[in-house]
Amino acid sequence: MLPTKEEFQEVFEARHGKACQKAFSAATVAVCGLGGLGSNIAVSLARAGIGRLILIDFDRVDITNLHRQQYKAAQIGQYKTEALCENLREIAPYIDLCPHTATVCESNAAALLKEADIVCEAFDRAEAKAMLVNFVLETMPEKYLVAASGMAGFGSPNAIRTRKVTSRFYLCGDGVSDLADGDGLFAPRVMLCAAHQAQTVLRILGGQYEP
Amino acid sequence: MVTINGNALPVAGQTLSEYLAATDFDPKRIAVERNGDIVPKARYAETVLQDGDTVEVVSFVGGG
Repeated sequence: MLPTKEEFQEVFEARHGKACQKAFSAATVAVCGLGGLGSNIAVSLARAGIGRLILIDFDRVDITNLHRQQYKAAQIGQYKTEALCENLREIAPYIDLCPHTATVCESNAAALLKEADIVCEAFDRAEAKAMLVNFVLETMPEKYLVAASGMAGFGSPNAIRTRKVTSRFYLCGDGVSDLADGDGLFAPRVMLCAAHQAQTVLRILGGQYEP
Repeated sequence: MVTINGNALPVAGQTLSEYLAATDFDPKRIAVERNGDIVPKARYAETVLQDGDTVEVVSFVGGG
């Protein structure tokens, strides 16, 4: 038997406080890229009772994703948007999910992100990260942007941090650990960066604007 | 002097494009903040760095 929506709401309010939960429930958050960062951000935000998630990725689940992304072996070959929606609904049955199987680019970003209060950049390629960050900051000054750079490799978890670059632009990560350096990607370090992003989203919604 | 990524540099009077061209930054992987605001990519060539400016060049690395 699934708990009712009201039962979930009561638990959220007991854990997060009424004022915070009201903001979480009313929020729309976009997650751009559903890989190691995005799938983990989405799970955290769904668990926290965010009202609506816009989930964007063009890709399908691959065996190479399973070591750090929130998918299951049986979901290999499925679109990440579909697979993640299934998994999120098992966790948070009443969340409003808006999946878009698409590649985000300058020509579609405005339409895809229009409804979002906060945008999470969760791509893997540096060029895609820079494109989205510049696009959102240049053309959507009313939105908050939470991006990530530097979570590859086997480095210390303590190097992952969140800082505020402009009044609405937060950047998580160690800033330097590049996947191209060949040191791989490790689930906890990627999840830690995703957790920084998700917690930053919750803090912004809760009125805490300093990282 | 212009403070760029925490370093005071004698580049006042240069455009942002001129400054970036003399560095190793990859223009496709960066976002530039100047005195608290993002500099639109299309304005790098016309943005003249002023004495006292604080600039951050955020250079993205891959992985996610």
